[in-house]
Amino acid sequence: MRAAVIVYPGSNCDRDMEVAFARAGLDVTRVWHKDTTLPAGIDIVGVPGGFSFGDYLRCGAIAANAPISGALRDHAARGGYVLGVCNGFQVLTEAGLLPGALLRNAGLKYICRTVGLRVEGASVYTDGYGAGTEIALPIAHHDGNYFADPATLDTLEGEGRVAVRYTDNPNGSARDIAGILSENRRVLGMMPHPERAAEPAHGNTDGARLFAHLTTALTAA
Amino acid sequence: MKARVHVMLKDGVLDPQGEAVRHALGSLGFEGVNGVRQGKVIELDLADGTTEDQIAAMCEKLLANTVIESYRIETL
Repeated sequence: MRAAVIVYPGSNCDRDMEVAFARAGLDVTRVWHKDTTLPAGIDIVGVPGGFSFGDYLRCGAIAANAPISGALRDHAARGGYVLGVCNGFQVLTEAGLLPGALLRNAGLKYICRTVGLRVEGASVYTDGYGAGTEIALPIAHHDGNYFADPATLDTLEGEGRVAVRYTDNPNGSARDIAGILSENRRVLGMMPHPERAAEPAHGNTDGARLFAHLTTALTAA
Repeated sequence: MKARVHVMLKDGVLDPQGEAVRHALGSLGFEGVNGVRQGKVIELDLADGTTEDQIAAMCEKLLANTVIESYRIETL
């Protein structure tokens, strides 16, 4: 199983995501944002955290229009898997691959700490935990306040596409949403960082199961 | 030619920065500031003959996120 991690100028979690994929057993390649194609046979694309293009204009807006975006959209349209974390989640909403948008945190402060989460929607990313499981993962963002209109929020909840929810909402996100799935459940965007809590040296391994289960599910598919 | 694009958060989208500015004005003693909404202004230096439709396409594709923002184009 093969993974690609996109690197934009200002990405800073690309290596962390690469290591998390690799430790779970995936064959990982990093792809530069100026490339226009993904390597052949990629099963999952990781869109990493960081400050792509300095967060200029809006977080993720310029990255969403980078040359690699066409290949990313084609991959998602073919039913390929995509995992966007933090800035990666912002890029996926800006690219229109996930609904809604991420606004400035309600308290205006950049928040960098571990938060409690409840895993919900069924997907290759979340099934390793099981719905209702409570975990803790680090967040590190200034613009993580999930917004969508009420009809979109109802659709997400009605279709079980809220992947993870905050147990104690840190940033004002609508309905405590921390991560959402696409309609085909193969694209996940989430603000918390599973790749920063994936091995004992991180002091928290709650994120490891996401990568482990993902690899098992993709290998079995 | 030049154009100015005004980008604002849509009504109903919480603007915590505007709220912070409103509080700051209140604490400076300016009374009666009932609301503050903060947006951005983008000035474009364009080739002559650029149409308003082309500028609108720039707004839709990049300059504004129409999920949360509205925009207004002013040609100068």
